[in-house]
Amino acid sequence: MTPSEVDAQVGPVQVRGTVLTVRRVDAYHAMTLVAPAIAARFRPGQFVTLAVGGPDSSMLLSRAFSIHDVRPHHGGTVEFVFAVHGRGTQWLAERRARDVLDVTGPLGRPFPLPRDPVNCLLIGGGYGSAPLFALAAKLRERRCEVDFLLGAGSGDRVFGALTARRTGRSATITTEDGSLGARGVVTDMLDQAIHDGRTDVIYACGPMPMLRQITVLARRYDIPVQAAVEEAMACGFGVCMTCVLPVIGSDGITRMVRSCIDGPVFRGESVRWDDIGTIPFDAFGAPGWEPRSRRAAQAQITSDQDGNGAGSAGAEVAKGRGGRHGHGG
Amino acid sequence: MDMAVDLRTKMGHVELPNPIMTASGCAGAGREMAQFMDVSKIGAIVTKSVMLGPRSGRPTPRMAETPSGMLNSIGLQGPGIDAFLQRDLPWLLSRGARAVVSIAGGTVAEYADLAGRLSDAAGVTAIEVNISCPNVEHRGQVFACDPDASAAVIEAVRARARYDIPVFAKLSPDVTDIVAIAKACVSAGADGLSMINTLLGMMIDTDTMQPRLAGLTGGLSGPAIRPVAVRCIWQVHEALPAVPIIGMGGVRTGRDALELILAGASMVSVGTTIFHDPSACTRILHELEEELTARGVDRLADVVGLAHEARAVAGRAASAGARVLRRS
Repeated sequence: MTPSEVDAQVGPVQVRGTVLTVRRVDAYHAMTLVAPAIAARFRPGQFVTLAVGGPDSSMLLSRAFSIHDVRPHHGGTVEFVFAVHGRGTQWLAERRARDVLDVTGPLGRPFPLPRDPVNCLLIGGGYGSAPLFALAAKLRERRCEVDFLLGAGSGDRVFGALTARRTGRSATITTEDGSLGARGVVTDMLDQAIHDGRTDVIYACGPMPMLRQITVLARRYDIPVQAAVEEAMACGFGVCMTCVLPVIGSDGITRMVRSCIDGPVFRGESVRWDDIGTIPFDAFGAPGWEPRSRRAAQAQITSDQDGNGAGSAGAEVAKGRGGRHGHGG
Repeated sequence: MDMAVDLRTKMGHVELPNPIMTASGCAGAGREMAQFMDVSKIGAIVTKSVMLGPRSGRPTPRMAETPSGMLNSIGLQGPGIDAFLQRDLPWLLSRGARAVVSIAGGTVAEYADLAGRLSDAAGVTAIEVNISCPNVEHRGQVFACDPDASAAVIEAVRARARYDIPVFAKLSPDVTDIVAIAKACVSAGADGLSMINTLLGMMIDTDTMQPRLAGLTGGLSGPAIRPVAVRCIWQVHEALPAVPIIGMGGVRTGRDALELILAGASMVSVGTTIFHDPSACTRILHELEEELTARGVDRLADVVGLAHEARAVAGRAASAGARVLRRS
């Protein structure tokens, strides 16, 4: 491990970042901030959070954006891509050069990199492709082959199509309206991309349904998927507990883990995609949850009594529970 | 202006170097905070509420942004007291932080057990009792909304907590008469009071025409609720001037902290602001010191509840708004 890699492992910092540029990129905005301490620590897949609206802002939650690129200019710059969705992102889009923003990062676990030179398929939905180009650069340093598969609703929403074509061994583009590349969604082209590229590993970033579908398809080929999720979060550094999703741990136990610090990159197969937005009945600490040893013993008793071996827990999930008057943490 | 102001304050008999704390549920157990600030420099870390067993919390979406506030519906997700004692408390102590441990339960007995477990461990500075939980033995009625239920929890916790660990009751503003609940808690043995917990709120998405939170309702926090906090602290301090209060509710600046102190708080917790400003606690501590210096105050204790006193002398100082206090 080189000294710079050791440095890169130190934690996030909160800094005042000076806006260098804000520019339109098709349907999106790209902002570049001078933030050397964040740039120095960055690894692909990580994100930043920004406070929006100024010191008296009525908007209290951080806005999180995956880092698109870092560059050495001005001591170190950080670039991220965003779409104007609401007042917070509108405010960001209205910033100008030399404005100073409160920015924290780099946050989250980066994409793990393969040790060997393998064939990598990088899949992005919408501006979810933003973090994939810095990843591609790192992969190429390791002599991996990089194929891109990017898709969106329309051509102006496929972020980085040109860069993908220029830098990838191949680049497949899909749009739902057919305005760029093939008509359809990225998962329509996944089989072909895997065959053509002899894919060994998939990296994906985009909407949850896309990540779920990619995981399902990749399992047929026994190809590992590293998926960066997009989950709503208030803080981005692990204290607010709002960005949780059910993930199966190496011990086989499902936990509600924070996508900000345990993710945003997860092994696709470890995420219970169909259970997102619920508390699975067998999740650690779910209502009625007991340690597995006790549950196994209980199941034994139940099967002895009922003679049918079926546990009583069923597939009930806790979605929509908890309307009771009480205060969460 | 190196510590020109004496910021020391008292949590019952326990002295803290300064009054700024994290608010329960907004700083985990301190570990994540340490990336952005020195956790030993503020008055205390108030932990996320700890329960007896592990708890997965409520489904997502768990939060929604509101004007100058947010709604949360986490459902007290956490690993339980065993993990807290094995992992989190030793870490806090190793960093020199003062640990105020928030506890939550569904029955009086659970609260008492938690107090017992914490008393057996060394190093707990104080216990904050989150009584804004449904009482499973009483049709899910929230303890904090009933004086008798609140008193029952506090009495049980006080009885089981080691004598030298102060017990603070965290009050809900969602009550008709917060003074009645405060008095019940103090009579039951509370060494102090924390206020306010979040206000129950709800938001409906007009596009989907559905509630925004999976848990339907959530706790409202942030600057939007600060006037409610000031009012609650004012009323309780007026009725119980000798009882120490940890004030919280929408504190974003040192000036906001001072407002709660003037209403009667001896300590101030910072909560939702942390989400967009991870180092907010140390910033607010410095700002508070500056605000006090600017007003010629050299002891924090001199301004705790001062607004009450100022009211009494309002006749003399007709233009009380610009009044600058000078004390030796």
